[in-house]
Amino acid sequence: MMTCAHPLCSSIVRKGIVGLTGALMIVFVLGHMTGNLLIFLPPEAINSYAEFLHEAGHGALIWLSRLGLLTIFAVHIGLTISLKYENKKARPIAYATHQPLASNWASRHMLLTGLVVMLFVVYHLLHFTAGVTDHSADWRRPIGGPGRPHLLDVHSMVVNGFQNPYIASFYIVCQIVLGMHLWHGGSSLFQSLGINRGFWKRITAWAGPVVAVVVVVGNCSIPIAIQARFIQCHADIEMKKAEIDSKNGKLPRLWSPANGGSASASQPH
Amino acid sequence: MKLHLKVWRQSGPQDKGRFELHTIDGVSSDMSFLEMLDVLNDRLLAQGKSPIAFDHDCREGICGSCSMMINGRAHGPTRGTTCQTYMRNFHDGQTVVIEPWRARAFPVMCDLVVDRSAFDRIQQAGGYVSVNTGGAQDGNCLPVPKDDAERAMDAAQCIGCGACVAACKNASAMLFVAAKVSHLGLLPQGQPERAGRVLAMVAKMDEEGFGNCTNQYECEAVCPKSIPADFIARMNRDHLGSSLIPSE
Repeated sequence: MMTCAHPLCSSIVRKGIVGLTGALMIVFVLGHMTGNLLIFLPPEAINSYAEFLHEAGHGALIWLSRLGLLTIFAVHIGLTISLKYENKKARPIAYATHQPLASNWASRHMLLTGLVVMLFVVYHLLHFTAGVTDHSADWRRPIGGPGRPHLLDVHSMVVNGFQNPYIASFYIVCQIVLGMHLWHGGSSLFQSLGINRGFWKRITAWAGPVVAVVVVVGNCSIPIAIQARFIQCHADIEMKKAEIDSKNGKLPRLWSPANGGSASASQPH
Repeated sequence: MKLHLKVWRQSGPQDKGRFELHTIDGVSSDMSFLEMLDVLNDRLLAQGKSPIAFDHDCREGICGSCSMMINGRAHGPTRGTTCQTYMRNFHDGQTVVIEPWRARAFPVMCDLVVDRSAFDRIQQAGGYVSVNTGGAQDGNCLPVPKDDAERAMDAAQCIGCGACVAACKNASAMLFVAAKVSHLGLLPQGQPERAGRVLAMVAKMDEEGFGNCTNQYECEAVCPKSIPADFIARMNRDHLGSSLIPSE
């Protein structure tokens, strides 16, 4: 089926690369989640973390990471599509009846859940990185003064972003779909890489479900906590104080999207 | 008991094929599935109709000839070959759907008979040992660790029936090839050709048009010889190592 006869083009090597890139993305997802969970700490924690990401290696690290992730993502998807195309061709006539015995919904729908995750990643980047889908990114204003240009109010951006129940629900649904993808993928990659044997087989069989549950619970806790008002926007609170102050005839103290940054020099921080 | 059979009929490789309905009564629960088809064929012949073609040989579960999908399960409702499937596993009045293995690499020749020579070609690509191992006494002089001998024998149980391909969502032959690669690769006699064997057999498997493994282990669940999917991981390991580190 493959036109390339070199062993490195074989189905097994391509599956191995899909597994390896999947493993790297799982490492990224877990790291990303751990960083995001800093939202449960005071705002300075996640804001300083975001500043660190932007400043590490004089700003080179974040771009190298983005380029690396994009490459990993593209290789993972590209090879999966090539394998899926061959799989479709391998059974041109479907069975009239087919009883699955060992597989589950998650393992049979990896392409579907993977496509949903891909679309989610595009939306997520437009939402919080590019900041074009709603006004939540407007809250990501500089708060560090002239000496710290990369210290942004990421905390307020995230909280405002997830205060919309539709956006919060969408993120939760997408995380569950990601969890389904990881449920199978997190274990399957060890088989593809040939690590499934004896003691390791028992460990790897649980790896996917454990990673899936950790990622879903960890990532969903953020929109849920924000919807439950467990995490609140500190800038929003400050703004409300400023409104009360202005009603009382005092000058506004805080920048906000509403006043267009006219009071940025008089931030509460 | 009385059964309603929905059987795939196809006059030749070029025919489109269709399902044909047959009702058969007087089926004894002691009959094997193939004996039930024999009875049906006798009745079809008596009526001047063409009998249903199906593969069979030893009828003892060891030759791997019989091959059919019964109600969506390779070889039928119990683990084992079709010839070892007994009518006691069906109930009176049940509708039984019988289809041939479905895979591009296994073209249907007639009714339930498929051409499984793709397996032979994979075997010919590297499933052998060229080393002269001498007579039985010479073979016994080669020490083989007990665990390796056991695992090699587990893999060597493969009868090449094709149920793994039939049950796999992607019509992948990974379990068959893994068993053939491993049963030689685990023994000292198989070591000189180990890297070349796995590369050649996997290349042939890809060339024959089988699908790719997505690690759902349907193959393992239907294998009449209970060959575990661990051998697939072993073959992956062997192949990745042999392709990334070429032998001298």
